[in-house]
Amino acid sequence: MTKITLGLVARTPGASKRNKTGGWRTLRPVVDASKCKKCWLCVVYCPDSAMKKGEKSSQPDYDYCKGCGICAKECIAQCITMVEEAK
Amino acid sequence: MMQIMRGNEATALAAKLCRPNVIPAYPITPSTMFPERISEYVADGELDTYFLLAESEHSAISAGIGASVTGARVCTATASQGLALMHEMLFIAAGMRLPIVMAVGNRALSAPINIWADQQDTVSERDAGWIHFYAENNQESLDFMIMAFKVGEDKRVYLPAMVGLDAFVLTHTMEPVDVPEQAAVDRFLPKYEPHCILDPKNPMTIGALGTPDVYMETRYALQKALMDSAAVIDEVFKQFATAFGRKYERVSKYRTEDADVIFVTMGSMTGTARVAVDRMRERGKKAGLVKITVLRPFPSRELKEALVKAKVVAVAERAISLGYGGAVYGELAGHFVNDIKRPILSSFIMGLGGRDILPEHFDEIFAKCERLIAGGKLEEFPEWAGLNREVL
Repeated sequence: MTKITLGLVARTPGASKRNKTGGWRTLRPVVDASKCKKCWLCVVYCPDSAMKKGEKSSQPDYDYCKGCGICAKECIAQCITMVEEAK
Repeated sequence: MMQIMRGNEATALAAKLCRPNVIPAYPITPSTMFPERISEYVADGELDTYFLLAESEHSAISAGIGASVTGARVCTATASQGLALMHEMLFIAAGMRLPIVMAVGNRALSAPINIWADQQDTVSERDAGWIHFYAENNQESLDFMIMAFKVGEDKRVYLPAMVGLDAFVLTHTMEPVDVPEQAAVDRFLPKYEPHCILDPKNPMTIGALGTPDVYMETRYALQKALMDSAAVIDEVFKQFATAFGRKYERVSKYRTEDADVIFVTMGSMTGTARVAVDRMRERGKKAGLVKITVLRPFPSRELKEALVKAKVVAVAERAISLGYGGAVYGELAGHFVNDIKRPILSSFIMGLGGRDILPEHFDEIFAKCERLIAGGKLEEFPEWAGLNREVL
């Protein structure tokens, strides 16, 4: 086990990457690549840097996306749908 | 060198002698003189520090936390509502293990608004993880500030510390103070070596989220560090005595050896209690006195050792845990409860909001304690001394 540090200081960078937080999500953004105009507004607006630029469309990084839906709200092409995780 | 000065001047001078890198402050009665003096030191070129005038106490302590994580030695001062406004940040300074030192002019909390002596402000913050010193006089105010840096910055400790000095009774009262030489303080207080430094060249995360799988262990480590700081405080007290000739203890006893009744006090009321004890002794009354200098870590072993032989212990407090009684009484009672041999404990509230504490009040308390010795009971819990019942 990794020992806790004094004052819980994370001495090596990248700790936030190791801690995958996608499990908090109840709604999942699904991108319709055929409609995506690659304007990258969703990439800019994602508060968690979890929306990535893909080859044909933007692509959510489900390891960190918490399903807030801001990408879907901001998408001009309306190509992002929020789908319930249960489905 | 002996100098005549007010308590606030003693804490400001102590701060100067400890050469803090950053002093963020927001003025509040009765501690305003602290930032005033610091600003004079800076303007006169006597102190090389970043003096930051914050827009509130919350901002002052927040700036202090921010400065501390860059490796700076940080000092500030506040009182009463100011300390209450800092509340959430006090826990953060302790949790992040930042040895900030703060002078607190012990003052009553509103309402009603009151600027006078009362220890409610610091006593209410005793769960925050800070080391608590309480000064009886201006000399102790200066000495404890210097030692607070040395204890807090110790590698075995890394904790913030506050030094309480009673409003006006100490903060604004002139007393002779033996001021140490700068060179002697420099020898006594080594360079601060922080456990973490926020630096873009060596990135790290300070103040990170503590999820349920690590939060409890972090709190355990904090509790252990604060408890273990008692040994470091004793060590620093000894080093201070060697360097400056003044001896301190976390719990100090006065005429307790054969005492039937022992008063427990903190802060400036101790001087009055000492006079009261001497007068009672002259009248053949076996009174004694125990002063708490360090409230956190709580000196349970030392207190029990000092009090166990008494018939009755009267814990006199200039603060009240509303809806209960004296907070220090409760903590002491909690440590005694499992012992077969223990004195009768009683809780007395006095001197709230600057109400004068007189030797006669300790006579009243003594008389009530004699009733307990005779097998009687007290009317109220807690008991009140110096309360004017005619206006109630």
